[in-house]
Amino acid sequence: MDINWIKILGLIVTVVMAFFTGALYGGLARVVTARIQNRFGPPALQNLFDIIKLYSKKTSINHGWMQHLGPVWAITASTTTLLFIPILRDSTFFTNLSFDGDLIFLMYIMVFGSLGMALGAGQTGNPNSAIGVSRGLSQLVGYKVPFILSLVALMIQFQTTNLNDLLAVQDSFIHWNIFQSPFAFLAGILAFLGMMGYKPFDIVFAPAEIASGPPSEFGSKYLGMMLTSRSIFTFAKLVLFVNIFFGGADNIFILLIKTFLLYMIPLLIGIVNPRFRTEQAVRFFWGFPTAFGIIAVILAAW
Amino acid sequence: MMNPNINEKDKRRIRDIVQDFARKHSLWVLAYGTGCGAIEIPPTMTSRYDAERFGIRGSATPRQADVLLITGYLATKTLKRVIRTYEQMQAPKYVIGFGSCTINGGMYWDSYNTINALDRYLPVDVYINGCMPRPESVIQGFIKLQSLIAEGKADGADKYQENLEWYRENQKKIIHNWKMPDYNW
Repeated sequence: MDINWIKILGLIVTVVMAFFTGALYGGLARVVTARIQNRFGPPALQNLFDIIKLYSKKTSINHGWMQHLGPVWAITASTTTLLFIPILRDSTFFTNLSFDGDLIFLMYIMVFGSLGMALGAGQTGNPNSAIGVSRGLSQLVGYKVPFILSLVALMIQFQTTNLNDLLAVQDSFIHWNIFQSPFAFLAGILAFLGMMGYKPFDIVFAPAEIASGPPSEFGSKYLGMMLTSRSIFTFAKLVLFVNIFFGGADNIFILLIKTFLLYMIPLLIGIVNPRFRTEQAVRFFWGFPTAFGIIAVILAAW
Repeated sequence: MMNPNINEKDKRRIRDIVQDFARKHSLWVLAYGTGCGAIEIPPTMTSRYDAERFGIRGSATPRQADVLLITGYLATKTLKRVIRTYEQMQAPKYVIGFGSCTINGGMYWDSYNTINALDRYLPVDVYINGCMPRPESVIQGFIKLQSLIAEGKADGADKYQENLEWYRENQKKIIHNWKMPDYNW
């Protein structure tokens, strides 16, 4: 068995790039928020400084082995999610591990990060963590319904469960899935708002309400790992949505433009909105987004 | 060539410089308002003075925080909570004494239930005087702390570990019903 060194190098480059891009987007989001609030804002690399600082802090907390394992689990899940998504169209270097059933696999693996966080946070015994976990899992049940309906609609429409096939059918601008199946896009993008966790769907972390929720007992290196995982996962979700609905990207430059514009959608909606309560968020996702998803499935199956 | 005048303990490696750079530009402040000075924190953090320019932001819990702000007078009842909070923070951690009350008691110098000098109970890195200090001077205090961190001189947490017995003795003079563990992880 020969080892494909090019592919292994591609995997490593993908993870490193995802981390830095995700951290940079997080910093840029803080700058955009600041400008909208008529402030100057932090430097764009602020999230990177935060993560370096958190890794350089000491730690002396022990609540049990699941607490130590939770952040590791989260970072593993987000890296795995990223590696099963083809980053660029028709690229041997950035195809990564995508295979024939990767859309179905992604539906499962995307939940694992939240699950790891939930288990780790559960062991700390902090009541705020428990509230945050219950909110997070409720919201997960909410936005997964429209998200999976929109993916199923696309699977039926194009008779494939492979992301590379989905990229192949979107060969020109008018063939992007945003135009080919607009209802699946509507369901998907509304679910995406919940996935990104900006307001009004930041009920999990809500710092003023439940003291940052699940990570409230995690400091220093643990929080650094969680933020690293979050940066990677953010980039993975952005690339997934660009691949599904916006025709993917031929090179890194176009990929960065498309992902950044997509990132602005939940951010700009979030800046001008207050936070939902848990049941409001779930009711939102089970309302119009789910209806759009069902319409998309019916239209695709017609 | 190594400079013989610098001894082994004070020598700073590249790793220390990178770490101190990141620590300096990312100060997470624990939102714990002990006295009336807490009213100056919202204008410091929001649009008018925008402390986020310097990487200063609020943190939700002691576990995530770097800086403990003692904003104004500290009642003897609050001191117990402050000590528990400070000891739950993860090193390296810094304390900023805010307002005259933390320096010499200020206008509460003869009160029966406030402490007068904060640095007898907690290791203070920077004092900001004034009653109250305006947001400009609060930011000035943070910049002073940043320059101390960059020089590697903000070592209040180490001092607290080294002189824990002395601090405990002073703390127990104020807190008579000390029903806490020896160190509040």
